[in-house]
Amino acid sequence: MLDEKNLQIKSISAHPGGVPGKGAQREVEVCKLMDTTTCIGCKACEVACAEWNDLPFRETKFDNTYQTMPETEWNFWQLIKFAEVKRNLDGSLSPFTSRTDSDGLMWIFRKDQCMHCTDPGCLRACPADGAIVQYANGIVDFQQQNCIGCQLCVSGCPFNIPKFNQTTKKVYKCTLCSDRVGNGLEPACIKACPTGCLQFGTKQEMKEVAEKRAQQLREQSGFSKAGVWDPESVSGTHVIYVLHDAEQPVLYGGLPAKPQIPLSFTIWKWLFKPVLEVLALLGGIGVLFHYVTFGPMRPQPEPPIKEVPERKEP
Amino acid sequence: MGTAAERFNERPRAAFDRIGRTIVYEGELQRHRVYTRVLHWIVAIFFFLALLSGFGIYAPWAFHWLTPVFGGGPMARLLHPWFGLGFALFFAFQFLNWLLPMRWTQADRRWLRNIRKYVTNEDKVESEEVGFFNAGQKVQFWEIGVGCIVFLITGVIMWFPGTFGRIAVAISYIIHDISALIMLLGIFVHIYLSTFGEPQTFQSMTRGTVSEPWAWTHHPGWYREVTGRDPRQALEEERRRMAQSERGPGN
Repeated sequence: MLDEKNLQIKSISAHPGGVPGKGAQREVEVCKLMDTTTCIGCKACEVACAEWNDLPFRETKFDNTYQTMPETEWNFWQLIKFAEVKRNLDGSLSPFTSRTDSDGLMWIFRKDQCMHCTDPGCLRACPADGAIVQYANGIVDFQQQNCIGCQLCVSGCPFNIPKFNQTTKKVYKCTLCSDRVGNGLEPACIKACPTGCLQFGTKQEMKEVAEKRAQQLREQSGFSKAGVWDPESVSGTHVIYVLHDAEQPVLYGGLPAKPQIPLSFTIWKWLFKPVLEVLALLGGIGVLFHYVTFGPMRPQPEPPIKEVPERKEP
Repeated sequence: MGTAAERFNERPRAAFDRIGRTIVYEGELQRHRVYTRVLHWIVAIFFFLALLSGFGIYAPWAFHWLTPVFGGGPMARLLHPWFGLGFALFFAFQFLNWLLPMRWTQADRRWLRNIRKYVTNEDKVESEEVGFFNAGQKVQFWEIGVGCIVFLITGVIMWFPGTFGRIAVAISYIIHDISALIMLLGIFVHIYLSTFGEPQTFQSMTRGTVSEPWAWTHHPGWYREVTGRDPRQALEEERRRMAQSERGPGN
């Protein structure tokens, strides 16, 4: 899933020592922008993703919505999440509950996928050396050849993205088409998007485009709460959204407003783990020194203790 | 509960005694029956399989060289829970087998208060209150018992992460590791004391017997129970006999 020639590695899961070639070259951070306000839910991105990544087509699962399946799968990395919301008079959104009154009903679509966090929970949680790498351009990529299938990344991820394959015993997710990006191409989903609601560029550019669009929505379309989703709690992501109501991302198929990585992973992995490991191994050294200082407890009676004449220093 | 456990233990103990043998020579006492010894070593094998496969998952940067023994990282990860289950299952039998002699008493509290003297070897023989097991062994036994339950609960949560949610996994991960580290510390002490730390002890888990001096030194209460003799008196007699033979015949 990677082309090491073109991708500078920034960090590696559970790897001792530094990262080869880090900072040797200037590298811009890439970013995928999805404007939920112009998505028509055609799902061309879903197909393009499966096509480019050569993912076998899998059975879809109908759950009474227009969604292809309830959540992303190990071989289905892009999923348009479908939701019904109510547009209020002040331009904010709320959950659509009425069964009789369709006033303000809106369909919204959000492309769910790996967010390529700047501070990736999966990478923090992963105990296998080199199973997850983060490139300097922001892409977080799984290296299946190093994956041990423990699935700790699943619990590290605030977006429920890494998915386990029962057959290969490895975890898979969106690569942000690191193979294409590494060769100067846009990700496959971007190429397929017919409305231009998906855009790809540097993080800075995409942020500007997104903010401009949000402003337009606020000023011209009456979506007073429109804004950009780029959560600070994971130090920003490399997939950002323009939302009609940035205060309620959860309406967009459960997009978290403040994605959290369990603190335990950080503290445990970088502090307790090495410290306690050394302490436990000190137990081995401890018993050795007990033997050479206090000595063994022998069955009694022992032979009488020999009087040792006072030792003369040479 | 103790009597129900004993009733359960009767049959395997008798069955294993028919399969294997415990030869007790003159001057020796039977310490562990065949069933106990077989259980102990099965538990030990599963413990080390789980421990070593766990090391590679716990800290691959330090123990990645261990995983090829189990067929690589993914295989080690795949096998680890099964090794753990084996460990917990067979320890459960040992738990029932030893439930009665492992019962905590007031004497054990006194023993723990005097642990410094035990560690520094100030007392050449154990207190006469010490029966089949001393308080240190009991602490280890109960630690492993509690540890097994902790391993099972947290291990199952990590085994099926989708079922229990990510926060449960994140917490389990820590508790599982702490429990493993406590048990690892315990096992260092256990192996040391049963080999170099207290000579002749190892034989009790291999041939199943110990010498009488070993018994009155380490478990005087138990010695009194099985021989009906006073452990201190027996020690003194032995000491006198030794002194006499030292002087040699005719003196």
